[in-house]
This record gives sequence, C-alpha cells and structure tokens, in this order.
Amino acid sequence: MEKTTPTGTPLIDMRNISIAFGGIRAVDDASIDLFPGEVVALLGHNGAGKSTLIKILSGAYKRDAGQIFVNGEEASIANPRDAKKYGIETIYQTLALADNVDAAANLFLGRELKTGWGTLDDVAMEAEARKVMGRLNPRFQRFKEPVVKLSGGQRQSVAIARAILFNARILIMDEPTAALGPQETAQVGELVRQLKADGIGIFLISHDIHDVFELADRVCVMKNGQVVGTARTGDVTQDEVLGMIILGKCPPGAIPGPGALKIAA
Amino acid sequence: MTDTTSNTPVADRARAAELSAVGRFLKATELDTRMLGMVGALLVIWIGIHLLSGGLFLTPRNLWNLSVQTSSVAIMATGMVLVIVMRNIDLSVGSVEGVIGMIMGVAQAEFLIRVIGFQLGNPWLWIIALAAGVALGLLIGAFQGFVIAYMEVPAFIVTLGGLLVWRGMAWLITSGRTVAPLDATFQLMGGGPRGAIGASASWIVGVVACAAVAFALLNGRSQRKRFSFPLRPVWAETFLGVVACAAILGAVWIANSYPWPVGIVRQYAQQNGITIPEGGLFIAHGIAIPVLMAVAVGIVMTFITRRTRFGRYVFAIGGNPEAAELAGINTRWVTMKVFMIMGVLAAISAAISSARLNASTNALGTLDELLVIAAAVIGGTSLAGGSGTVLGAMLGALLMQSLQSGMVLLGIDSPLQSIVVGAVLVVAVWLDTVYRKRV
Repeated sequence: MEKTTPTGTPLIDMRNISIAFGGIRAVDDASIDLFPGEVVALLGHNGAGKSTLIKILSGAYKRDAGQIFVNGEEASIANPRDAKKYGIETIYQTLALADNVDAAANLFLGRELKTGWGTLDDVAMEAEARKVMGRLNPRFQRFKEPVVKLSGGQRQSVAIARAILFNARILIMDEPTAALGPQETAQVGELVRQLKADGIGIFLISHDIHDVFELADRVCVMKNGQVVGTARTGDVTQDEVLGMIILGKCPPGAIPGPGALKIAA
Repeated sequence: MTDTTSNTPVADRARAAELSAVGRFLKATELDTRMLGMVGALLVIWIGIHLLSGGLFLTPRNLWNLSVQTSSVAIMATGMVLVIVMRNIDLSVGSVEGVIGMIMGVAQAEFLIRVIGFQLGNPWLWIIALAAGVALGLLIGAFQGFVIAYMEVPAFIVTLGGLLVWRGMAWLITSGRTVAPLDATFQLMGGGPRGAIGASASWIVGVVACAAVAFALLNGRSQRKRFSFPLRPVWAETFLGVVACAAILGAVWIANSYPWPVGIVRQYAQQNGITIPEGGLFIAHGIAIPVLMAVAVGIVMTFITRRTRFGRYVFAIGGNPEAAELAGINTRWVTMKVFMIMGVLAAISAAISSARLNASTNALGTLDELLVIAAAVIGGTSLAGGSGTVLGAMLGALLMQSLQSGMVLLGIDSPLQSIVVGAVLVVAVWLDTVYRKRV
C-alpha cells in the first residue's frame, strides 16, 4: 500500500474550494489533488458538484474561496485561457465544439496556426488535424465538414484530439465516453493509459463507477458539493464506492473528507 | 498532370462514382449549391424583367446604374453578415449612415471652409471629411458594441435605440437643413460619368482580377499538394477559373459599353479642345468608383472572415458561444470589434450615398437597415447565427436592388413595390429553410 502512494509535489492541488450559485453551495470546501501519471476518478451523482469543481480548475467558473496549486506553486486561474497556460486541458461533457466549423478549426480554436503573413494557416492546421485524428480515429476522413454533421463518436474524438494536441500536462475528462460505443470506449481507455504513461495527470469525471474503476488509480467521491472521501482503487471495493456515492458512507480504506457521513460514536 | 487526381482517397472516389453527373460536377468543383441557386434566381429575375419591360433591363446603361445603386447597401450587408453570424442584429445602420453623411457634408461644405478657411476644391476637403466620417463610424460602432458586449444590453435594443438617436442627431446637426453641394472630388464616390474610371483602366482592373483568380486557384492547389491533401480535378479548377474570368471580363465589357451622355461628351470635348467626329464621340463610363469601392470592401471582408483569426472567432462564437468562451476566446472584445467594423462600413456607405445625391440630407439612409438585413438574410445568412457569406450578402443586395429598379422600369407603383419586396424576402427565407432541412 505504501509503495504505490505517489510522492513528491502534486501536479494539481486544489485546497478548500467553494463556490455558490445564488445561495446553493455547489462546491463546499472541497480539496483534491493529482500526481503526474495518475488517473483520479471523480465520482458522484448528477449535481454532486463534480463538474463544477472541475470547471473551476479549467477556468470556466471563478471560485469564491480556496486555492489552486500547480506543481506546488499557487496558480491564478480566472478564465479558460489562464488554465491552458498551465497546461490544463479539458474535454467537456457537452464537448464544447463550435458546430458550424470543421474539425481542424475546432482543434485549433483560440490557438490558430498562422502563416508568415499573420493569416490563418488552414492547410497546416488541417495537416496537424489529420495527424492527431489519425492517432485517435484512423478512419476519420471528414475534415472539410462542419462538426455538426459528424457522428457522436466522431465529435467526441474531435474534442479529445483538441485536448491532447497541445501537450497538456493535466487533462480533465468530463464523461468522456458518454456518447461512445463499446469499441470507441475501449479506444478512449487505451488513450488514457497511453497518456498516463507519458506522465500526464488525468481527472476522470463519471457517474458510472464501472466505467472508471479499472482506469483510475484513486477515486474521489462527491456528494452535495462536498468530498465524501478519497481512496486508492485497490483499497476499496466497487460496492464500498457505491456506498460512498449513494449514502456518503466512508469505508475504512478511504480517507474521509468533510462530506463523509458522521456516525455517532 | 494525370497523377494529380489520383491523390483522392479511394473511398472518396468510390463515393463520387455513386453520384449523378450533376452531383459529380458539384463535388469536383466544390461549388456551393446555395450560391448557385442565388445566381440562378438573380438570372431569372433579370431575364423576367427584361422580357416584361420590352428589353429595357439588360442594357449596359441599366446594369451600370444597377451596380451603382447596389454599392451602398452591398457594403453594409458585408458587415451585417458578421453581426448576424454572431447572433446579433444592427437596426441602426441606416441612421448611422444618415448622421455620418450629415457630418461629412457639413465638414466639407461648411465647417472646413467657413471656420477653418479652406478654399473650395482643396483636396484636403474630401480627405478630411471622409476620414472624419470613418472615424465617427468607428466611434459609434465602438460605443454601441461596448454597450452590447460589456454592459450586456441586447443588440436589438441598443441598435433600436441607435436607430432613433442617430436619426435625431442627423436632424439636429443642421436643424433639418440639407447641405449641398459637396466637394467635386468627394462626389466621384457617387458614380456618374466622372465617377467612373474609364475604359482602359477598367480593362486593366479586369485583367488584374483575372490574374488574381488564377493565382488564387494555383496557390490553393500548391498548398494542398504540399501536404498531399485531396485535390480538385484539373478540369474543375480550369472550369472555375474560366467562369470567374468570363464573369469579370463580361462585367468590364458591359461597363465599357455604356457611353457618356451626349451633353457631357460635348462639355468634355470643349474643355479639352477635341472636335467631335460626325458619328458622335464614344466615351465609355467604365467601372464606377462606388462599385470598385464595394468590390474592394467585399474582398477585404471575405479575407477577414475566411483568413483571419478574428473572422474564425466570429463564426465560432455564432456557432456555439459557450464553446468559444471555453476555448479562451475573448467573446466580448470580438463582439465590440464586429460593431466597430459595421460602423466603418456605414460610414463608407454614407460617403457613397451622399456623394450620389450630391447633398447631405437628414433622411439619408432611411430604412436602409431593413434593406441591409434583408440582403444579408436573402444571401444566406442564418438569423440563428453561425453561417453566412460576404459574397452571398452582396448578391442578396444585388437581388433586392434588381427587383426594385426592375419594378421602377416596369412602372409598378411604389406601394406594390414594397409588397413584392416584402413577399420575396419571406419566400426567399422560406426556401432557404426548406433547403437547409434537406441537406
């Protein structure tokens, strides 16, 4: 148990994060960390605060309280551009694709390649797009069409390709396999292992524990905006994790968080 | 050259084989069927009016006038495309045009002469007036854009307010008085016999444009070859090039077939000491200056929408504002810039319209906002945002203007003209909706 515990500086260390929307505490004093080459699954019901917590990290929401450390140094993340500067890339549940432009334009959205004249270098972008899409989805050929015309799986691969294109150090995947068939899901699993081997830290968000149990090194369960507990996947069973998700009951193998069910001693 | 087509992936070729001849043609040329539909509709309208009017429509003179009449609305329509693509609207363009026309008129005909002491005909008159107008357009656009983007007031409301405010301002500047005449050089922007570049210059423009088309096609091809992407077949490229050049040179030929009126020729001959030969002296108009300005604006705006980061962002924001924001695009600043561009274009249109009138009136540009929006929408700009082309909007402006001048030629009363234009707008958008569902 000791030997597998990651040591050193965490890639990401979010401490005591809180955010409220009109009186509802969507995330309440949540702390979570992530080490290089590690996959941490963030689990919980819909509305447990997983996506909100992660959107604070990716810069989509601004936190009310708490600190974020990247590589041990406090980071100021106020918008998505800031997050990208720290090498934090996100695959959103909604995919966040501009439906009316093609795959290459989406891959480079906000970070377009330019020619010496300062104009868009569409040809170079398409070449890069073909390269990265070839890795993810070798049969993909529809580079000229707006992504709205692509299938769910193809759109998902565009969203994933965008996240890995820019040498991310931290990858956030919010329900990455929601729109995928079994074969494509397996492909994403393979990709996660590959990225992990490259030393990239990955947050995997899901409400389906079977999906993530074999990929994740640790699970972190949230309920009502609070962290129930964090555990190494080897130390807890799937049933125990289910208990954390549904009841907020923290098993002995997990480190309890502020959201753990308080059992009268 | 036979090897070039074999770059097409096998799958693509297999798919192409299943298509009909027309489908294959469209696929090979990568032509936009909507755009072809618009050109078709335009031709139907032209030929229809030509026949109904007993051959009055498709004459060099009428087509030349049509091109001049279209310029002002076409210029603003190119900006309206960006505005609508971003899911906004600008109802103030007609009034902005009015107030800027007024400022430019007052500047050149009164302020610079009476207050600053410029002599009539001083070349700085028109330059300063035009620059002031463009700067004012930029400012008005920036102001409206700021309120829309940063203060989060809906564009519809801000520009509806602008529609009233700027029209009122245009009246206030001179208390409703019309300012005339304008500077002689400034007037050239309005067209007319002197406001055209003449036959030889027109041919030069035409040839340069053809060379540019050829260069663009070749350059695109070599770029794609560099990365070994699928190429258009050579015959398709040649076809596109030939059609584009024929259209350009045809337009030049028409502009050069429209002679100066006899009176102006006589005046010109007297001034230059030329004796008019027996059969009369044929001096061609050539391309009108406002038309050249509109074409230049069209090229610049197409460049902006397709080749710059800013243009890419405008479309991405229109397609999915949230995604654009998450991708790190500063959507507010882009919105503000779009309205600034719209303001500048309204200023250019104001220069053309007031120069054409040779006067600045407070009614200049009244209802133009509706023509501009209609042109953009007929040209395929979706009010839902995210799609539209500059060329389409300009064609839309030409189509609207063709209908209007055509009906004037046919002697149709103006209430009936409004009815027809209104109906055409609705039918055009309906057809477009049907088309979009099928594709």
